[in-house]
Amino acid sequence: MKPELKRRLKSKEAVLFLIFVVIFVFMSILSPTRFLSLYNLQSMAYQLPEFGILALSMMIVIITGGINLSVTYTATLAMIIGGFAMSHMFAGGSSAGLSVLVGIILMLAGSLACGAFNGYVIAYIGVTPMLATLGAMTFFEGISLQVTRGGAISGFPIEFIKIGNTAVLGIPVPMIIFLFVLATVYLFLERSRMGATLYMIGSNPKVTRYSGINVRKNLFITYLIASLLAGIAGILMASRYNSAKESYGSSYLLQAVSAAVLGGTSIAGGEGKVIGTVIAVLIIQVISSGLNIIGLNRYLTNVVMGLILIVVLTINFLTREKQFRNN
Amino acid sequence: MGQTLIELKNISKTFPGVKALENIGFSIDSGEIHALIGENGAGKSTLIKILSGVYQPDSGGQIILGGRVVESLTPLEALQSEIAVIYQDFSLFPNLSVMENIALEQSVKNNDNLVDWKAMERISRDALDQLGISLDLNTILGDLSIAKQQLVAIARSLANNARLLILDEPTSSLSKNEVRKLFDIMHSLKNKGMALLFISHKIDELFAISDKFTILRDGKYIGTYGEDELDDEQLISLMVGRKIEYTIYPKNKRTEPLLEVRGFSKKGNFRDINFTLHKGEILGLTGLVGAGRTEVAQAIFGLNPADEGTLLLDGKEIINSTPNDAVKAGFSFVPENRLQEGLVLSKSIEDNISLTMLDALSGKSSLINLKKRKELTRNWMEKMDIRPNIPEMITSKLSGGNQQRVVISKWLATDPKVLIVDEPTNGIDIGAKSGIHQLLRDLAEKGLGIIIISSELPEILAIADRVAVMRRGRIITEFFCENITQEDIMSKAL
Repeated sequence: MKPELKRRLKSKEAVLFLIFVVIFVFMSILSPTRFLSLYNLQSMAYQLPEFGILALSMMIVIITGGINLSVTYTATLAMIIGGFAMSHMFAGGSSAGLSVLVGIILMLAGSLACGAFNGYVIAYIGVTPMLATLGAMTFFEGISLQVTRGGAISGFPIEFIKIGNTAVLGIPVPMIIFLFVLATVYLFLERSRMGATLYMIGSNPKVTRYSGINVRKNLFITYLIASLLAGIAGILMASRYNSAKESYGSSYLLQAVSAAVLGGTSIAGGEGKVIGTVIAVLIIQVISSGLNIIGLNRYLTNVVMGLILIVVLTINFLTREKQFRNN
Repeated sequence: MGQTLIELKNISKTFPGVKALENIGFSIDSGEIHALIGENGAGKSTLIKILSGVYQPDSGGQIILGGRVVESLTPLEALQSEIAVIYQDFSLFPNLSVMENIALEQSVKNNDNLVDWKAMERISRDALDQLGISLDLNTILGDLSIAKQQLVAIARSLANNARLLILDEPTSSLSKNEVRKLFDIMHSLKNKGMALLFISHKIDELFAISDKFTILRDGKYIGTYGEDELDDEQLISLMVGRKIEYTIYPKNKRTEPLLEVRGFSKKGNFRDINFTLHKGEILGLTGLVGAGRTEVAQAIFGLNPADEGTLLLDGKEIINSTPNDAVKAGFSFVPENRLQEGLVLSKSIEDNISLTMLDALSGKSSLINLKKRKELTRNWMEKMDIRPNIPEMITSKLSGGNQQRVVISKWLATDPKVLIVDEPTNGIDIGAKSGIHQLLRDLAEKGLGIIIISSELPEILAIADRVAVMRRGRIITEFFCENITQEDIMSKAL
């Protein structure tokens, strides 16, 4: 076997993919009629994109040595701002097309504003990412609740709802959007100039600054981009649920962190592959859908998910430790 | 001399593929200062780690400690046998107080469940009294100067009743004055019957303080000598196995100004700095540590912008308010601390070399041209003779000299006009040092202007054309580096 191929087969990502296959087969055997049903596969294909995009957003931030605890509230604040305008315009007699256009633009702009806020506080003021985004999380949630008064915003034009609920040539539109985002994030992180810079910042910001790189600007832009991705996830969620509410997707927050770390992204920054995160997203999605469909109650599903995560992360840690010792 | 405190017999250590130590055998007496000498990679660190119990030696050797014969030590046994190591980073807790740093280990050793603050205060005060220094026990360690932190580390080993104190390059970040104080303390410890194992690359220091020298070369034991049995040339030739001196390069008088620094001042750092760097010139910037040399260099490079003053490059005024500005203007800066400021240690040679070149390597698409990057890396690795010749190699695994070559490559790749190097040969063995000297000289011949900061005067005299001497934030004088001696410079710096 070629050494390159051999190396790849032994890589973390290959091991992770194997774990995915095993879990997929296991679920299929447990419940061949339901897990492998077209209905379930489709429903996973509609759910996975929003989670996947949030996980990629989280990953980008973690690569720089940060974290974004406000990621899901960025998504919901964005969808609420855009959704509020969209439903009002539509109800006020604007055409569906114009309302949807303005709504989407405002959702993206809203997420960028959240990103600019986080980016400024973290990159230019210098607050620790965990604390800054913890504050931002409550801040964004508060604004959302102020707008919605705790309810959900609805009354979107059918054209908007179609985004999250139709398929083109059998492929769900959210999945198409996810694949596009995935390709872009891959090119951005692993092939672009700025991506390379982010890995270096995450490994050692001081050396990076001493090398003539504007670390603050790069960090600021990182939070902008990560938040824009959250905004896209927000659009998909609002469209799929046909409404906008501050609590949508809040369970994705820690799952996104888990997916990134499970996928091999170092929580300390500087390390991580896009493909790893994507496989981890698949694993988590298959486990949660699978357990749900075989009828395990939600609480036990959490127990099992938590255990699986811990086991996989432990295996990861031990293999790395072993490699380290062999070196 | 006192009696034998510790004796090593046939100590070997094999790492996969490398024999780091081979049949080392020598002894250390109480009441002596014993220098352990060798080039980088000679096995000094490995030996220290065996003495402190971090590494277990290969079987077959013996460590004889107070009459007890063992094959190896665990860290706890080393602590209980009263062996203390002060590593270069001191292994202290910067967020804890002086008292906690000195006495905490004692209370861990006693297996206390509750902290006895009174005992801790007594222990730490005792230890500091023994050293004859006064420090506020409640100061947070991280707020102290490096020299004082080091004293805290020594006090901690006294609190642990150390009988063998191992000091790994203790002087590398101290000023002359601080070194003198440290040596006084080492002397008084010796007179109290403690044994000290002292590691340094600085020959004059070794002779100033050591009673005995043990020399290692390539993991082999070369010999142990009394301080009166060797002179410095003999010592160096035993270390490297061949006679080596710094090559003195011919000096040139240059006329075409490249960089002019005019009236640079920064409160608390430096005052009214004026000098001119010419094309193709190496300008030494020297003085004691703390005289403001690094601060001036950092100001020029935009890391620590000056409050006032102007910078002229090729006669045109420029403002470097960030490193980014400086790099764009054609400046490069090889910082003093290679491990924390020069290299991203967890990344590969390729990642590090291309770090300054990401703009050039990516076109309008902003995607990095991988082929170009590979070429760039290969090219510089070849030019700079970086070994091993593996671009994917993680830089933390390289030797000091090769690491420095990676840092220099990263900067030369930007095709700079001005190269500032801060202590470029710090912690690098003598062979690799002369390689770096040759390289800097070659670069100057090609028209680059180089500012070299160095505490090592022979180095300045060997390669610089001119030298500016700093004292307390000011440039006191400039010399043309011909027919001057170290004493000429030192008398101005002190």
